[in-house]
Amino acid sequence: MLNISKSVEGGKCTFQLEGRLDTVTAPEFEKELKDSLDGVTELVMDFQDLEYISSAGLRVLLSAQKVMTRQGSMKVIHVNETVMEVFEVTGFSDILTIE
Amino acid sequence: MHDELVIDAVVRNLPKVMAFIEGYLKQTDCGAKARMQICVAVEEIFVNIATYAYKGRSGSVEMRIEFTQDPAVMITFADYGAPFDPLEEKDPDVTLPASERRIGGLGIYMAKKSMDCMEYDYRDGKNILTLKKKL
Repeated sequence: MLNISKSVEGGKCTFQLEGRLDTVTAPEFEKELKDSLDGVTELVMDFQDLEYISSAGLRVLLSAQKVMTRQGSMKVIHVNETVMEVFEVTGFSDILTIE
Repeated sequence: MHDELVIDAVVRNLPKVMAFIEGYLKQTDCGAKARMQICVAVEEIFVNIATYAYKGRSGSVEMRIEFTQDPAVMITFADYGAPFDPLEEKDPDVTLPASERRIGGLGIYMAKKSMDCMEYDYRDGKNILTLKKKL
């Protein structure tokens, strides 16, 4: 299960994810992102309540990062230890801006 | 103690597969980090089989999970699909910047990295993949 909440403030868009970003839930987040990024210059992903991520979730983050490299910035905040481990193993800790 | 699951190799069964694995792990003293790593590996392998093994035909996956003396958790996947040794897949270059990274190709690499040992065998018309995670 994945709950996605979004808040927009001018060119800044923040997503809060709660639950699991996996093969089943990632397409939903991908669609939500696709519909939201027009005109966004600052994208924030708050992973405070994200418990789990698999390669399907990483794919969505990578495509969002590619879009935001062109049109502004993206950062991922409040990453827990187990999700961070996945970022480190896959080199995503170097690709993403994590705070 | 071991558990077995035979399930259709389709991606929509992933939640059932994860519930099977997590249900078993709850009975062991597996920590949060090891549990996450085991789940990542299981998801990547199951989704890979569901996506590629039967090439549009229907088929099943036989899974077995057991706790061994090491102590470790051992998980076996068996399918009757096209012979495929995931250990022969070339690892993606995880040092490339975002602009040069391909979308995809990470799943098997993540499975390999999150487990301590992976073995492949093709026997009796079956792909048999065994994963082991030390606890």
